[in-house]
This record gives sequence, structure tokens and C-alpha cells, in this order.
Amino acid sequence: MKEFGILISALDGTTKTTEKISAMSSFLQKSSSEDKLWFVALLSGKRPKRPIKTTLLRQWAAEMAKLPLWLLEESYHVVGDLAETVALILPNATKSSDKSLDARMQDLQSLKELKEEEVKNYITTAWSEMNKNERFVFNKLITGGFRVGVSHKLIVKALAEHLGEEENIVSHRLMGDWSPLNTTFEKLLVEADEKENLSRPYPFYLAYPLENEPESLGEVNEWQFEYKWDGIRGQLIHRNGEIYIWSRGEELITERFPELEGLKEILPYDCVIDGEIMAFKDGKPLTFNHLQTRISRKKISKKILTDSPVVLVAYDLLEEKGDDLRTTPMESRRIKLESVISQTKSPVLLISEKIEPRSWKEAAIIRESSREVLSEGLMLKRKTSNYKVGRRRGDWWKWKVDPMSIDAVMIYAMRGHGRRANLYSDYTFAVWKGEELVPFAKAYSGLTDKEMQAVDRFVKKNTLDRFGPVRSVKPELVFEIGFEGIAPSTRHKSGIALRFPRILRQRFDKKPDEANTLEDLNSILEAYIS
Amino acid sequence: MNNPTKLRLFCLTCMPLIEFTDKGLYCEKGGFFIDPWRPVDKAVITHAHADHSRWGMKKYLAHHLSIPVMKLRLGKINTTGMNYGECKRVNGVQLSLHPAGHILGSAQVKVEYKGEIWVISGDYKLIDDKISTPFEPVKCHTLVTESTFGLPVYKWKPQAEVFAEMNQWWRENKEKGLASVILGYSLGKAQRILCSIDSSIGNILLHGAIHNSNLALRECGLQFPKTELITKTTEKEKYRGSLIIAPPSAFGSAWMNKLKPYKVATASGWMTIRGARRRRNVDRGFILSDHADWDELNQAVKLSKAERVYVTHGYTGIFSNWLREQGYDAHPVTTEYEGELSEIGEGASREKESE
Repeated sequence: MKEFGILISALDGTTKTTEKISAMSSFLQKSSSEDKLWFVALLSGKRPKRPIKTTLLRQWAAEMAKLPLWLLEESYHVVGDLAETVALILPNATKSSDKSLDARMQDLQSLKELKEEEVKNYITTAWSEMNKNERFVFNKLITGGFRVGVSHKLIVKALAEHLGEEENIVSHRLMGDWSPLNTTFEKLLVEADEKENLSRPYPFYLAYPLENEPESLGEVNEWQFEYKWDGIRGQLIHRNGEIYIWSRGEELITERFPELEGLKEILPYDCVIDGEIMAFKDGKPLTFNHLQTRISRKKISKKILTDSPVVLVAYDLLEEKGDDLRTTPMESRRIKLESVISQTKSPVLLISEKIEPRSWKEAAIIRESSREVLSEGLMLKRKTSNYKVGRRRGDWWKWKVDPMSIDAVMIYAMRGHGRRANLYSDYTFAVWKGEELVPFAKAYSGLTDKEMQAVDRFVKKNTLDRFGPVRSVKPELVFEIGFEGIAPSTRHKSGIALRFPRILRQRFDKKPDEANTLEDLNSILEAYIS
Repeated sequence: MNNPTKLRLFCLTCMPLIEFTDKGLYCEKGGFFIDPWRPVDKAVITHAHADHSRWGMKKYLAHHLSIPVMKLRLGKINTTGMNYGECKRVNGVQLSLHPAGHILGSAQVKVEYKGEIWVISGDYKLIDDKISTPFEPVKCHTLVTESTFGLPVYKWKPQAEVFAEMNQWWRENKEKGLASVILGYSLGKAQRILCSIDSSIGNILLHGAIHNSNLALRECGLQFPKTELITKTTEKEKYRGSLIIAPPSAFGSAWMNKLKPYKVATASGWMTIRGARRRRNVDRGFILSDHADWDELNQAVKLSKAERVYVTHGYTGIFSNWLREQGYDAHPVTTEYEGELSEIGEGASREKESE
């Protein structure tokens, strides 16, 4: 546990990639296989289910610190992290402990079988054996989510170095449905039997947004153009007669899309298809809101199946009859993909149509009107490109349309988490409905640190009322809010829901009464969905 | 618990001894303000930090050790110096200053009239920083206390541990041929680091703002290890392996760029919280404050024997709720003091630091 604690504070203490890698390497060298496996699992989000409710942790911590619960809650709002808050308020350690990470994790798993009083005893004893940093790490083992600025890519890099293996291979071995409770470090990462896991997906290749003029990309005919769809990026795996569907977040989501499961009967041969799962009806895509109703639900009702049916819009073919195609050029993968799709002849398996503009100018015109088909813009893929791992520049670009926007008044503010702890960084915005301001969107991003500090000071000086962590503020600041999509909603007071709302800029030139109205929003909505 | 109620009834019949006005804390009987934030005739100043000692007062009264720095920052001002424990009498009001332990010359202000005593703490800490005269509790009926770190998450480590960490950090950087830059308020924190760091590790270089504060503090008899002012002609080779102390406002400036390659740390109580350190984007956060932590605040309130407590700058609402639960008649008060915010470059008055 001590070594893991040191690793976490080293990772947290630097922003430099080289230092993070060297901290991980030194941990991997010193640690047992069991601890190494937990390290991979915990930092790549494969933590087993939380063994204790956080409400109990709060109660026990407050009790042990001899503080009222409300004071712990207030502290939590300021610190912005429960594990950290608990670590900070507890009295200093009276003993120390040499338990390994693996032993701690095994203990935590077995807590589920114990009575509440025994669990409490285990946790409070553990707390009294740890310094602040160890306590923080221990609490995180329970509450989850180490946000120490380590991307999946970085973990892969450190592991590849440690194992003397290629990054690509390590990345692939880490994919799929494994749990630290049902495998070992050796099985997962050292024994190279690829057939072992039939459901294992490939790492997704992701595009960067296009920053320069498209003309800088060279000849227009070197590129494959498609619409950029706003659904759920997914990978459909058909091996040995079975179907597995993976989300980009490496979640197995097959059961949520029963429409697609039938494909296992009609796909002509084993293959892996990269595509977009979209709500689709009467030959047309539906808004993202329809898909949203399906993401959150494990059980799919008949009504949802009729109201929001899905299809897979295929982008790419990654594997054909057991052959990994990722290093063959896009152009030939496309031909193979077209052949699979046409042989399948299924209404739920479509292909992402190619667009063939003759010039960059024509491409720009098509992009401008992409919202009319409910797309977010264009995807540009170099015809000679391989299918790479992760987000890379160079061969794939997303060229999105400019967001829609509206001017709104900030009415509520809340303190943020992580590096925005103790800073009012999360805002609620409203538009006018007659004399009343109606909230319609929350946004957390879009301001620089400096701008955020200025808004933070405004909030602290202009608070009208407090509701727990939320402050209502004088409606004075106007912001331009950008968004990618808009849909009617019964869950929001304003009657609308926005897709990806964010702050584009503060409108210093506008007074609050010059902000937009709910009518304005409704007319954007009508234009968008008609 | 009848006393607070009785006191409040008593106060309904007369003006309170100290009022909270939009210019600052005001004693009408004595005709003076304490740490006012708008220009007034007579100002009693608790300490020389910019948010407590502001520009534009006709007369300033402060501890005589505060005055050289006040003059450095505010220019030509009309000042009167006092010693700790010395008593002044105006219109039957007795006024005296008592050690607050925050920075050199910092004072709690005691105001007494017909047996009723108020103490205005200014900023304070209870531990001995080896520079300022250590805090002395003053008994009173009403205490006006700061609450910069008035949350139970703020608990300081023994300062010897913090300085050991700081020395270790400097040594490691020196071995790698890097400069070690520590950001800390140019009055108070900078000197505290200077006086407690192990100066045998290497050379210590200073930013101009800190060098200037030091000149004024030398007048007060404070002694420092050997340091060197960084100027336009300082050779780049000098930075390698040395310790450089700079105000928070220097972070990210062209001035800092010249010091490369370096590691940078902030020394502040705010560094307790990971988010605050990550937001500053420094390599290291040392938890070192000239303010009282949670335990010290509670101890100070207890030692004052006050029945009524007004809570200013910091977590005013939370700390006064907590004190009410402990049986005090406690209330939050809005002021324009900033506590330690300027130490991490998040206060409004940080531009003053860059002079």
C-alpha cells in the first residue's frame, strides 16, 4: 500500500509525462504481480463495485473526527473530493500498517459479507493506521476515480516499457471485459494467446478536430469524406457465431441493442466493424435525445424499441475472417466493408455514405448544410491511412460545423471539483420568459483560468442566496452559450434540452436585459428538428 | 448560557462599541476606524499587508515595527507608532495593541470602554514563527476574528517538518542542476522561509519585491542570511542550484522565464487541497501559513473568553455556525479583507505585489 501511495502522490505531483512514466516504471519494478494488476485495474477504471456506501463513510469519519456531519459536508463542498476531505479531517494516525495493495483490495471485497458494525470497525481501524496521504489513497480505493492526470495511453506506455512489448499489443491486451478478480497480471499481459478472449475489441482510432484551413491537407481526392454522426461510437464483433458490441468507453453494451443481436445470423463471415450506433426511423436519423433514453436503461421496453429503434452505421472494417486489417489502407478496407454490408442486406446495418466533393470549396458548402441531415459536420480520412490506436493527428480529422449559440444570463454558480475545487466554476444559465429568467443549461467549460477567477470573485461578492453548495447570484453577467444540438424535453423547466452546452465567451458588451428569450430558443429548436 | 442574551439586551439600549460600516470597523466613541478599506481620518492598522493597510488615511496608528513597511508601500503617510501593551486614551476609550503572531509588527487591537472590551484580531497565528512576537491571548467580551482557514480540513504540520521537506526539495533540484523557485507573499512568508531554510545548501536569490521588503525590515532589526537581488545583469549560470524566492505574481511572467530550467513551489495554507495546487500548476505545494489553522482558531476563541464572536474574512458562515453550536453568540461579518488569497495569486490586490 505504501508504494502505491507514493506512486499516486508522485503522479499527482507532476504534470510532466516523463516524470509520470518514471514513477510508474519504478512502481512496476518494485511491486508484486498482484499489486501490478490492481494498479492497471484501478488506473484504467476497472475498479470492482464500491463495497461501502459513501454516506456511511461520511458518518463514520465525522464521528471519528468528533465533528457534526454538516461540517464535513461543507468541507466536502470546498475540497471537492470526498476521499480527500475524509483524509484531511481525521485525527493523526496512532499506528502504521504494512498491508499490501492486494491485501487491502481483497479485504475490501470481503466487506460485503460482513455486518455494518464489523465493516465500520475495519474502516476506522484502517484509518487510524495511515498518514494523510495513505488515507486518501485508501479512501479512493473505496470511492473510486484516481484523477491524477494519467491517460490510458500513458499507462500503456509504461507497461510496454516494463514488459519490453509494443504499445499496440499492450493496448489490445488491456481491452475487453476483464476484471482484476478473474485474471492475473501474467494472464492478462504476458501470455500472448489472442484466441483466449473472443470478445476482445480493438482500441478505437479517434480523430482530432481540424484546426487549419482544409486546403492545407493537400489534394481533395486524397481524402475520403463522410458525415460525422452524433450517436454512440461502437465496435461490433462477430466471432465464432457470436456478437459483441463495445462502446468507446470499453463497455460491453450488446444487451442494450437487441436489434443488432440478430446480425449474428446474417453476417456472411467473422468480422469486426467500427461504426456509429444511431437512433434511426423511416430512413432518417433521430436526435440524440432518442438514443439517450436507451443508454441509461438496462431493460429495453417495447415502447422504446418502437419509438427509438437503432441501426449501426458502419465506418470501417477492422477484421475479416480472423485477419487483422488495421494496417491495410483505408481505401481497401472500405471496399471490403462495402462488400460485407451488401452481402448482409440488413435494415439495421447501414454504411456511412461516402461524399465525393470535387473541390475543398464544394466540401465546405456540404459541411455548412450538414445540420440539415442531423449530422455534426464532416469526417476526413486519408485514403492511404492505417487504422491507428487512440487520438492521433495527421490522417483522420473531424471538421465540425460551428455550434449554434445564444446569449444567456448566469443565475446560479457551484464550486467545481479537482483542480477547480473551492472555485465557482459550474454555472447555470437562463433566458428571459417575459419578466422571468428561466434556467435552460448548465456549463462547466469554455473559460480560461483567469476568466474563471474573475467570475468566482463576482459570485462571492454578488451572492443572493445559498442552497447547500449552490449560490444564486445577481443576474448581471451575460455569456454566449454554444451547443451542438437541441431537442424538446419534459424534464427541464425551459422545455428544451441542449447537446454539449459550453461557454463560448463572456458578453461584456451586453446587459442582462439584452440576453435572448425562451422564444428565441424555441425558434432555433423548430428550425433544427423540422 | 444566559450571558450572551443579557449582553445583547444591554446592547440594544446603546450603540455598540464597534460598528461594521461600509468603510470598515468603526469605533464612534474613540473616533477611529480599524483597518478601513475607504479613506478616513484616523485609522488603527493591525498589520502592514495591503488588504489591511490601505492608501488614503489622514492618520495611521500601528505597531512601530509595522511602520517602515507601510511607508515603503504607501509612500509619505502620517504615522504614529505604538508598542505592544502600551495604552492610549481617547474620549474615555482605551486603545492598546497586542501581539498577533501573523507577521512582524502584527497586532490584535483591544478597545475598552467603561469595562466593556472588544478585541479585533486582524490576521493571526498561534505558533511561534521565530520572526514576529508570538500571539498572546487577550480576554474580552466580544472578539472579531478572521476565519481564512476556518474549516476542519486545514490543520498545519509542525513547521520543522515543512522546512525539512523544503530543504530536501532544494537539495534534489540542486543535484539535477535546477533552480528552486519558491513563491510566497513578499512580506511575511518570504522572510519566514529565509530565516528557517538551511542556507548552507546553496545560494539564495531574491525577487525585487522581496528585496525591498527586506530592506525595510532590516530597519526594524531583523537579520537574514546572505542573499542576492536578481537584476538584469545577473548571470544565467547563477540560477542553477540556487533557491529563488519570488512573490506569487511573478509566476508565469517573463521574469520567471529567465530562471529556466527550474522547479517551482508555492508555500501557502491553500496547498492543503490538491485542487488548489493543481490549479496553480506548480511542481510542489508546501503547506505553510501565517494564519491560524482550524485548531488554532478554536483555541484563540476559547482563550479570549469572549461570549460574542464576529467572524470576518474566510469561511465566515461555516465557522460562525460551528461556534454557535459550541455555545457562542457568533455572527458572520462581510469585510473587504482577503486573508491568504493573494498568496496563490487569486486575490484582487495581487497587482500590488508586482511593483
